[in-house]
Amino acid sequence: MSGVLHDVLTAVLILAGAVMCLAAGIGLIRFPDVLSRLHAATKPQIFGLMAVSTDVAINNFSVGTVTLVVAIVAFQSLTAPMAAHLVGRAAYETEHLRPDLLIVDELRDRRAAC
Amino acid sequence: MTTRRERLDAVGNQIPPLIALIVLWMLLWGEFSWLNLLVGIVVGIVVTVVFYLVPVQLSGRVHPLHTVVFLVRLIADIVRASIDVAWLAVKPRLVMSNAILEIQLRTRSDLILTWTAVATSIVPGSIVVDIDRELSILYLHVLNMHSAGDIERFRRRVQDTERRIVRGFGSREDVERMRGVRPADRRTQRTTRKGPS
Repeated sequence: MSGVLHDVLTAVLILAGAVMCLAAGIGLIRFPDVLSRLHAATKPQIFGLMAVSTDVAINNFSVGTVTLVVAIVAFQSLTAPMAAHLVGRAAYETEHLRPDLLIVDELRDRRAAC
Repeated sequence: MTTRRERLDAVGNQIPPLIALIVLWMLLWGEFSWLNLLVGIVVGIVVTVVFYLVPVQLSGRVHPLHTVVFLVRLIADIVRASIDVAWLAVKPRLVMSNAILEIQLRTRSDLILTWTAVATSIVPGSIVVDIDRELSILYLHVLNMHSAGDIERFRRRVQDTERRIVRGFGSREDVERMRGVRPADRRTQRTTRKGPS
């Protein structure tokens, strides 16, 4: 019984990870501008990575693996937003964005007010 | 006397990052042994001295339960938002409507501001475009915002994240500040603040 549960858990986690990576790829192509593509490129695979590494930790359960997985997820979570921020900021400052996709732009408003 | 005190404080502020480095070193080796601890301490000190960082003012307060609440909520948010963004990517009729929002935070601490920025941008659907450190304002690019209601909901979500972080490991002063302003009059404060500028 626990063998079946184990297999199901493995399948769900690996599939979730794979689906997230696939969605990230599709989003990268379908989304229309740099900033929205960034969302697709940087975010869903954090969840994908979490799912796959959780599965690795479950299948090779030892202190060494679990701690390493925690370190991997923690560092991915800390570095991915930085990368996204830098690209996003560069895209905004160089006006590589489509204003027609924004319903409000409070950063532009604020800069205009200053 | 004061200089000595200040120097002691500066060293004290370096201790938590140093411990984090030592733990990381042992995590990377995958085992906790005395030899690893010893080498970790040496490597940690070398890294702290060579790659000197601007000292961060730590709050000196950690509430374990609230920190766990924050982390669990963060993971739940990541899972839910990942599914949202993934659905948006494969959705048949795609209508893009995004927003760049100005979100006023209440903390005055760099640490909490950074944590809030990282925590909101790790959740899919929002990216930090710019930060106003003096006024504690985050400028976020948010995916899939269609109405004023969406925007208001998102604003509240970020401010809730901030509150959870402050409850977890913010300074006492920040906790007081969170308690002082109720969610209802937060918006009036926002507008009055925005008015004269």
